Amino acid sequence: MNKPIRRLALFTMALFGVLLLNISWIQTFQAESLREHPYNSRQFLKSLNQHRGSILVGSEEVAYSEPVGGDSERYQRHYENGPMYAPVVGAFRAGSATGIERAANSFLDGSNELLAVNNFRDMLTGEEPKGADVYLTVDSGAQQAAMDGLQSLGKNGAAVALNPQTGAVLASYSSPTYDPNSVASVTNTEEANQNWTELEASEQQPLLNRGLNQVYPPGSTFKVVTAATALENGATPESTQEAPASLDLGQPLPNAWDGPCNGGAPDSLAHSIEISCNTSMANWAIELGGQKLHDQASAFGFNQGPMEIPLPVNESSAPLETDPNILGRAGIGQANIQATPLQMALVAAGVANDGDVMKPYLIDSIQNSNLEEVKAAQPEVAFPDAVSSGTAEDLTRMMIGVTEGDEASGPAGAISGIDVAGKTGTAETGTGHTHNWFISFAPADDPQIAVAVVVENGDASGGAVAAPIAQDMMEAVINE
Amino acid sequence: MTLFAVGITLYGLIEAGLTRNGEMPASLFVYGVLFGGLAVLAHLFIRFFAPWSDPLLLPLATLLNGLGIAMLWRLYEATGDTSNGSAMNQLILTAGSMAVFAAVVYFLKEPRTLQRYPYIMALSAVVLLLTPLIPGIGMSVNGAQQWLNLGFTTLQPSEFAKIALVIFLAGYMVTKRDVLALASRQIKIGPLKVLDLPRMRDTAPMAAMWGFCIIVLVILMNDLGTSLMLFGTFLAMIYVATHRGSWIAIGLTAFFGACALIYPLVPHFRVRMVTWLDAFRPDVFCTDKYLADPDSFCQTSGDSQQLVEGLFAMAEGGMTGTGLGGGKPGFVPEVHNDFIFMAFGEELGLAGCMVILLALALLVERGMRIALASKELFIKMFASGISFLIGFQSFVIIGGVTRVIPMTGATIPFVAKGGSALLSSWIMLALLMRMSNNARKPAPQAIQDEGATQVIQR
Repeated sequence: MNKPIRRLALFTMALFGVLLLNISWIQTFQAESLREHPYNSRQFLKSLNQHRGSILVGSEEVAYSEPVGGDSERYQRHYENGPMYAPVVGAFRAGSATGIERAANSFLDGSNELLAVNNFRDMLTGEEPKGADVYLTVDSGAQQAAMDGLQSLGKNGAAVALNPQTGAVLASYSSPTYDPNSVASVTNTEEANQNWTELEASEQQPLLNRGLNQVYPPGSTFKVVTAATALENGATPESTQEAPASLDLGQPLPNAWDGPCNGGAPDSLAHSIEISCNTSMANWAIELGGQKLHDQASAFGFNQGPMEIPLPVNESSAPLETDPNILGRAGIGQANIQATPLQMALVAAGVANDGDVMKPYLIDSIQNSNLEEVKAAQPEVAFPDAVSSGTAEDLTRMMIGVTEGDEASGPAGAISGIDVAGKTGTAETGTGHTHNWFISFAPADDPQIAVAVVVENGDASGGAVAAPIAQDMMEAVINE
Repeated sequence: MTLFAVGITLYGLIEAGLTRNGEMPASLFVYGVLFGGLAVLAHLFIRFFAPWSDPLLLPLATLLNGLGIAMLWRLYEATGDTSNGSAMNQLILTAGSMAVFAAVVYFLKEPRTLQRYPYIMALSAVVLLLTPLIPGIGMSVNGAQQWLNLGFTTLQPSEFAKIALVIFLAGYMVTKRDVLALASRQIKIGPLKVLDLPRMRDTAPMAAMWGFCIIVLVILMNDLGTSLMLFGTFLAMIYVATHRGSWIAIGLTAFFGACALIYPLVPHFRVRMVTWLDAFRPDVFCTDKYLADPDSFCQTSGDSQQLVEGLFAMAEGGMTGTGLGGGKPGFVPEVHNDFIFMAFGEELGLAGCMVILLALALLVERGMRIALASKELFIKMFASGISFLIGFQSFVIIGGVTRVIPMTGATIPFVAKGGSALLSSWIMLALLMRMSNNARKPAPQAIQDEGATQVIQR
């Protein structure tokens, strides 16, 4: 009987062996991913008791933590100008975090390995550990202008501004917005949760960052890409295309007004951009072909997958198209062209920056609690030579025509005393409403800011509703 | 060694006290005197009444029991929530269990006498297992109908039934061993022997056991843990008795076949399986707003929340743990019961878990050694059965909470809270120690002066 007993003993050993292996696996190799699992609320609750770093715009703390006081060891997060910065900063709340609060969480809560030395020092000196401060690239003036403009319209929409030379995001506003303070209370979590649930359920989608995470048909602003394709492929601003009152692309494609673009004569590229001629630009797209248009759009950042700046950015798409009917419409930013406002700002910024599209970023620098810089943004080129510098120059001149030309479609974007390069857009949405766009950069000879503004269902022209907002934003940065 | 185990327990208490409240636990002295005294008493008792028993068993049990008390102290005293009993309660239960332990060791001089009453044992096992079904005193805790409410206290009769069952099986199988082992029909394919099938009528005990486990325990009482444990022990013992793999093959086939069959029919069984396989699926983890915002935490817990939170606790502990008192075991629902292992995982880390597992494994292997060393068949069966039961029970519960197997209700021997579990653990230990003592007792020396007088042993 001893043999089966021995075997049984071995078997039970094996059972214990399985348990040992399993817990070793869980507590070593799996531990990290389990700790960071989205269901795991331990880290979050731990972080409620941590002195979280601040988020700053310029020298203004737009998000900071203060002790709750009393018996509680918790810290309460406060938001200055909450609604204005919410699309960027996000909210740190009982449950999770959004925006920069989420994207830079490891720095704010001090868990990032770049902060390990500092944490260790704090531990030795017995100082209370504190997370790092995150400095944003956002310009308060531009952000304010974006909010004021969209709020006074009372429409949903978004505005994104970039420094074309570095890629720094100067403004990213999405309308409607919300107040992060209303969802961040750690003393009255029930009400905070309820507020959040209401925000989530709202049809206006205040939690959606339209600047980065919503794609729209870019409308005529996309003509900049079509024009760039033409210039890159041998055309000059004076090259012409037939520009009748309407093209027959399966269904008629008319101009925005009744009539041809150049009194019935073929229209030049420069003039087509200035007045935003549909038919000639559709003809350009058809003549150049789907492959070239697709390649040029990709060179500006379309079709390149999602980005992280470090907020997540959705992909903009300009699929390869062979059907000339669809291709014609794609050439004027309709049909299957889908762009985020950030993407259209990148197009403007690429033109502004001699054809190099810089990688957009929102975090300028990160300072640990001893005020030492642990990380600083390194501007880098995301898409080099999206167009040649010659093409960029031509495009700039053509876009100045949009704000200053005799038949300018977007004079509302102009700023007296300096040249503004712009492009209007009025995108059909298929619902009978139009989205109104304006992209621009200024000053044209030394670009400091590139902007994209979209007003949802503005039902006007981009030059009328979107351009003034862009103008205010540009002025805010240039006049500093 | 026993003193060492006591020392570890007290150290655990001190650490927990320091971490939680920044001071030595006020009741440390009381715990030290009581628990230490108990352990020393038990040790002395063994010295006198079972001096040849395996010296490792008592310290191991003391260590496990002590760790359990320290952890319960930490869980209860630190939170102030003693509605589910307290560490002091557990200590008193330990004292009672040790008294019974001593009584068993003292009065049951010859465990083989138990061999005489297999059917009484069988009957009492069945009756014990069924009592929770009696309306009025039967009680359902967390869905499992496995408790007795006696008014002044609650009992989990299955804890005792399993011991009775092992005794019965040992007795029964020793008598029927030859029949079970030898009588067979061989199934052959050509000249090759494929399987040794037992005769139909010999499978009766298997069938009875199977039917009982499946129908009564799983379907009627929702007591998967006991069912799995009993059937596993049954298979182990029949294997030891007969050394025939075919029994195991048949048993496993029947058991898993039944599981597959009842899977669509018994909802709570299905829930366990889904919980195990898809623990991290959103709708299993959470039942409220998981669809609205996958980033937000769950407000209303789903079926797998306990399991998943347990795993999170273990991950939090990592290699060395947060230190006793340093963790947040409150995250795991019902952590003081089945999931106490997770509290160890969090606060003592991989190192602490290994200590517990190794202590349990050592206990089991020493038990198996007793079975090997004993000469009588009944004792061999009995000791190996008890040892396997301890080991398998540990596997079922710890494997369940660490997601090796589906979760079932069971208790870690010696560690878990509760009188029934503790008492039955100590009774099993007493039986093992008594058998160990008898097996290792040196044969009486022949008195050489008397010349060739034959010494008749026993």
